[in-house]
Amino acid sequence: MTQEHTMDKYDSKGYLDMELLRFTTAGSVDDGKSTLIGRLLYDSKSIFEDQMEAIKAISDRKGDEHVNLALLTDGLRAEREQGITIDVAYRYFATPKRKFIIADTPGHIQYTRNMVTGASTANLAIILVDARHGVIEQTKRHAYIASLLQIPHVVVCVNKMDLEGFGEKSYEKVRKDFEDFSAKLDIKDVRFVPISALLGDNVVDRSKNMDWYQGPTLMHILETVHIGSDQNHIDSRFPVQYVIRPMTTEYHDYRGYAGRVAGGIFRAGDAVSVLPSGFTSRIKSIDSMNGPIEKAFPPMSVTMTLEDDIDISRGDMIVKVNNQPEQKQEFDVMICWMGDRPMQIGGKYALKHTSRDARCIIKEVKYKLNINTLQKIEDDSNIGLNDIARITIRTTVPMFIDGYRKNRNTGSLILIDEATNNTVGAGMIV
Amino acid sequence: MESYKLTHLRELESESMYVLREVAAQFENPVLLFSGGKDSILVTHLARKAFWPAKIPFPLMHIDTGHNFAETIEFRDALVEKIGARLIVASVQESIDKGRVVEEKGVNASRNALQITPLLDAIEEHKFDCAMGGARRDEEKARAKERFFSHRDDFGQWDPKNQRPELWNIFNGKKNMGEHFRVFPISNWTEMDVWQYILLEDIEIPNLYFTHMRKCFERDGMLLAYADFMQLKDSEQVTERQVRFRTIGDLTCTGATLSNASTLEDIIDEVASTRVTERGGRSDDKRSEAAMEDRKKQGYF
Ligand SMILES: Nc1nc2c(ncn2[C@@H]2O[C@H](COP(=O)(O)OP(=O)(O)O)[C@@H](O)[C@H]2O)c(=O)[nH]1
Repeated sequence: MTQEHTMDKYDSKGYLDMELLRFTTAGSVDDGKSTLIGRLLYDSKSIFEDQMEAIKAISDRKGDEHVNLALLTDGLRAEREQGITIDVAYRYFATPKRKFIIADTPGHIQYTRNMVTGASTANLAIILVDARHGVIEQTKRHAYIASLLQIPHVVVCVNKMDLEGFGEKSYEKVRKDFEDFSAKLDIKDVRFVPISALLGDNVVDRSKNMDWYQGPTLMHILETVHIGSDQNHIDSRFPVQYVIRPMTTEYHDYRGYAGRVAGGIFRAGDAVSVLPSGFTSRIKSIDSMNGPIEKAFPPMSVTMTLEDDIDISRGDMIVKVNNQPEQKQEFDVMICWMGDRPMQIGGKYALKHTSRDARCIIKEVKYKLNINTLQKIEDDSNIGLNDIARITIRTTVPMFIDGYRKNRNTGSLILIDEATNNTVGAGMIV
Repeated sequence: MESYKLTHLRELESESMYVLREVAAQFENPVLLFSGGKDSILVTHLARKAFWPAKIPFPLMHIDTGHNFAETIEFRDALVEKIGARLIVASVQESIDKGRVVEEKGVNASRNALQITPLLDAIEEHKFDCAMGGARRDEEKARAKERFFSHRDDFGQWDPKNQRPELWNIFNGKKNMGEHFRVFPISNWTEMDVWQYILLEDIEIPNLYFTHMRKCFERDGMLLAYADFMQLKDSEQVTERQVRFRTIGDLTCTGATLSNASTLEDIIDEVASTRVTERGGRSDDKRSEAAMEDRKKQGYF
């Protein structure tokens, strides 16, 4: 039985047929990000009574006028004390149509690293703009990061419309300013929604105060935006993560290659090459505990067996014979630096790319980017925390790479400081 | 047109299997913490799927508070037998006997917080470099920021300010001698996802989750199961009630819910209409607003 069939049996209420949308939220301090998330959770009835009571109690103690929905998303104690969010926090809610994972990231200048982290797994970014202040430097930075990380969909929420008398003018200005700036970027799908996170206008429920806006509410966009094409279904890539050898009587000679499909579609019978050895074979079966799988596509975790006995280990990649990634030891990446110590030119770092481990040396800085103006600064090779730069690296072994724009899975890598073991760089292959 | 869509449950399943395989590949001596609750049963199921047709390549470890539901232990032993896994039991009672921890006193005494010492002792004794758990980020505020791969220093402590950024699906499990990781393969699952998936995959769970008659008493607005090692206050009366449990932990602090839910479909309907979080029924979290965070910093799951 295939997995789809087992599912039908129970699917009377539709909850087994929901999609998952991961989105991130960005905004400057006080733009209303926490209030908006609280509003989404509250209006979609994802708040439990005990959570609501807890924040009511805190609001009362502080003497707040309304129940402060922002408190719902306010995580650790240190942050509660400082009254700001300082790290990526994940929130969950569901509507009958979709399940949502929010990567809630702070918007201050020093936390670019958190925004990049949240953006790395997102299908969609919400960028908040305060209607009174319009597009500011931080908005541009958020838009740039969404573009750099290739988040497929961006929704600009023009918030606090109630403070602008729900008028069209400030909304239109944000829209125009944002479009002027984003024309220089690589964002495929941008939409704009005028909202009041505090009062709820156009978040889940349609606003009665803004007749001039005919578009969908934010929730409607989240529920319906097409995410089926966000993954690469063309260039078949299967990084081998783990080799399964049961060594039991029943599965005496079984040798399964476990991994998560990183691109394209694999079927039993496909002609494949194994990198780096270059040996070719055919897929004998794609297995799961629930039975054979007819076609494997991203982001499925499966186990493959091949017709021929080839020596394959973790870090190798199974690809289609007629569609292969580049094999390179020297290439350029856009790096977002996340380490406290600046990047060392000529320095050596550990590198992780799909399931492959290597070491690399930083050869040169092509340019550093001023992310407010998008200016390339060519004579500055000081790359510190939160800087973004184009660099050239050389690896100890060949890597099987695609451009990040072609495939987020095979186009991304991280750098690790070998002295501290900390993750210090997020790289997107150019 | 052919469709290449996964449902949310299959996507979560795939993500968790990926994390479990990363653990097996990146660590030398990992262990899966098994509490007997549905979340650790889920992780065990996902681990079976991740390595099928081979057995799970790491042992299961139960931190036994000695205050268990009898059903939990029966279920645990049957499961381990069925899947051919290796089970390690670390006991809170033993730590108490050895004088490593001191039992809480009074009627609200709970052994939940006492699990930290036997856990860290067992990690050291068996030289585990990674302990996987069934914690979910949606359970509690302080968990919302937890990583999949959570680095602990050589005292087993968690520093929320100093966590490694986690980018894409690339997990950095590098560490120094003496340090270890906590890994949470089902971080992104909600309570609802867990129940829906248990139904979808027909996973066996202890009967405690379904409605049954049980001796209970009320304390601080919570319904607790009665057991002979529980101290009652004068005002507390034991009565038979029709209940089930939403979470299964230490018997002394796991609240029962009045419920008629006798099937998984009933439970899902009940979860969909409930207005109180799962942990809302656990008195160990109510002790202070930042209770969980404090226990995490000390090395709680
Ligand atoms: N008038 C009005 N105030 C808002 C709106 N959204 C947020 N606020 C207020 O703006 C302040 C900052 O909001 P908060 O959600 O904490 O901002 P964050 O720093 O972006 O998370 C709070 O006092 C909110 O009540 C809105 O739509 N209208």
